[in-house]
Amino acid sequence: MSTLLRLATAGSVDDGKSTLVGRLLHDAKAILADQFAQIESASRARGFGGDAGGFDFALLTDGLRAEREQGITIDVAYRYFATDRRSFILADCPGHVQYTRNMVTGATTADAVVVLVDARKGVLEQTRRHLAVVRLLRVPHVVVAVNKIDLLDYEAEPFERVAEEVAAVARELGLDGVHVIPVSALAGDNVVERSANTPWYRGPALLELLEALPSAAELAAESADDGEPFRLDVQLVLRPQGALAPELAAVPGAEAEYRDYRAFAGRITAGVVRPGDRVHVLPAGVTTTVVAVDTADGELSEARAPRSVALRLADEVDAARGAVVVAASAVPDTVRELEAELFQLDARPLLPGARVLVKAGTATVPALVAEITGRRDLDTLRTEAADRLETNDIGRAVLRLGAALPVEEYAASRAAGGFLVIHQQDGATLAAGTRSSA
Amino acid sequence: MTTLFTAEPTLGTRIAWDASSRLEVLDQLEAEAIHIIREVVAEFERPVLLFSGGKDSVVVLHLARKAFWPGRVPFPVLHVDTGHNFPEVLAFRDETVARLGIRLEVARVQEYLDDGRLQERADRTRNPLQTQPLLDAIAAGRHDAVFGGARRDEDKARAKERILSLRDEFGQWDPRNQRPELWSLYNGRHTPGQHVRAFPISNWTELDVWRYLERERIELPPLYFAHEREVFRRDGMWRAVGEHSLPRPDEPVERRTVRYRTVGDMSCTGAVESDAADLAAVTAEVAASTLTERGATRADDRISEAAMEDRKKDGYF
Repeated sequence: MSTLLRLATAGSVDDGKSTLVGRLLHDAKAILADQFAQIESASRARGFGGDAGGFDFALLTDGLRAEREQGITIDVAYRYFATDRRSFILADCPGHVQYTRNMVTGATTADAVVVLVDARKGVLEQTRRHLAVVRLLRVPHVVVAVNKIDLLDYEAEPFERVAEEVAAVARELGLDGVHVIPVSALAGDNVVERSANTPWYRGPALLELLEALPSAAELAAESADDGEPFRLDVQLVLRPQGALAPELAAVPGAEAEYRDYRAFAGRITAGVVRPGDRVHVLPAGVTTTVVAVDTADGELSEARAPRSVALRLADEVDAARGAVVVAASAVPDTVRELEAELFQLDARPLLPGARVLVKAGTATVPALVAEITGRRDLDTLRTEAADRLETNDIGRAVLRLGAALPVEEYAASRAAGGFLVIHQQDGATLAAGTRSSA
Repeated sequence: MTTLFTAEPTLGTRIAWDASSRLEVLDQLEAEAIHIIREVVAEFERPVLLFSGGKDSVVVLHLARKAFWPGRVPFPVLHVDTGHNFPEVLAFRDETVARLGIRLEVARVQEYLDDGRLQERADRTRNPLQTQPLLDAIAAGRHDAVFGGARRDEDKARAKERILSLRDEFGQWDPRNQRPELWSLYNGRHTPGQHVRAFPISNWTELDVWRYLERERIELPPLYFAHEREVFRRDGMWRAVGEHSLPRPDEPVERRTVRYRTVGDMSCTGAVESDAADLAAVTAEVAASTLTERGATRADDRISEAAMEDRKKDGYF
């Protein structure tokens, strides 16, 4: 059975990321003949590779006119490829402009992040920052691909030196289980298959590793108990009376059967739910029982994140969009004062006293930036004093919310601990936030 | 409980999902798409689905039915009729909306040509002419959200598109100033005059779409399956002979067994030679294909490296 892995790639300028992504797509046979021909002719037109000609892999991911003209990558591009074992969604995060913004975008949904390092240069400032963002956003798997080993004659010693640097940075940042792989994206060593040029390396090739890493959904499903406690953020209430699907309305007795139908529709944020489970509904504060877990394909005996379902409950509950249904045994606390880590994405600085909107789950509430308490030094992750957050800053703040929300500690739940800070008037996403009381 | 599938015999009955197994790729993509569709319906006043009868919009409509089951799909569909559409596809469109009890809005390029608001292009292609009728129809319907079946794997400009994509009153896409999309939190805030394009199957590949069509036994226009047709060769593609697609004297007409991988304007959509007569055969063929669907069958995307980007910036979907 084929499974899905969401992957993000990050790197500094000129570390060969586009080449690596191109190589992965090419060797996984995800570049089809017409795309190949298009890029070949564009490479030639731009004089890539001189008279001999060459294949500029960057043209695969640099989809916008401005990107190709300037030879830079502006925005996250999504690419898709599949092997027999797995389908991959790849968010390619550029390293030039607004790298924090792009990295944050890629990292919030990623199951794994591949950070590229040039073997000749080792860990750079930007590498540390990428790893810091990955750590703060709790991406489950981190792979560091040490690239351009062909330029160092495939020697073990320079690679080992970089691997030690990576390990030291990981220790400082508190990142566990970082995989380090020596590769040559250009020559293809250890990208899809293990290379004969690196007999001293005994680990897997990059693609081999990516096929084997469990995704966040798989990690949750495979944990001994049910993993995180059940939670569903209600998107809307399904009450079809008078407007049954026509093919259903044609079934005798269906009108009567569905007259009082009422179900809470949403995507399971975390955990597992089964009919008969005791659940608690926030903010109504009512405890009740799950009668059925409905889908268009029928009732389910069990459903787990990230499936989209509709829950029927035993008691009449006053709940609408923004409500949350959770396991009765693990009701999260609701907060009006939200202590958070903020990733400032907008070009305008964020200042104390700003009136904003906070969107968490399916709830959107007015909020006030009560305090900005500090900014992270991204080299060390230590917090230094600051009274505002500029673009690409990561800092700590206290937000006062217009209504108490069950935002969870991000360290405990990636799915229920993140939120957006939105501009009241123009609707722009100003910052990404994670609840963190530490 | 009556399910979507027992209620509608044409779709057949599916095996209940095995709770003990991990979510398969298609289950994850379906769950994500249903989540997006519900978010948009919950947060916007007047959504509409761009529905051409093509396979991608058919999949989005199917997902919308699942998202609101046992209720009906709570929004209308909008078709931009170029006047060069395949008659089989228009028949499929009308049959589908009638069966599902959905309101159909149609924006007609022909009306714009007739009264001079638009002029026929030299190459007779009408795809680029769709933008103005589309924007007018969105404004007339006061639609604040427009669902589309576009996928990121279709084109390198679309690879940079957001799932929720903000458009100004001119429908313009500004690729350099897109909102970051974080976790599964979609920010649909907009000011009056702006609207949002929503792409629930952004993360699906062509093969995912075909595998899903096969798994769910979803009906498609007959053009997608192998049939005999009078065709001629142009730009390396088989083009159907029709009122709006006539061969030049140096383009001999032949009878071939063909099918379509995409269904668009007759004047710029080509067919591929194929014997694949059902969903299983088509899925197998797509899996083995060495060309992308647009590269194989869309003349309009061959104009330049940035053809799609330029159309999108002008408000195309």
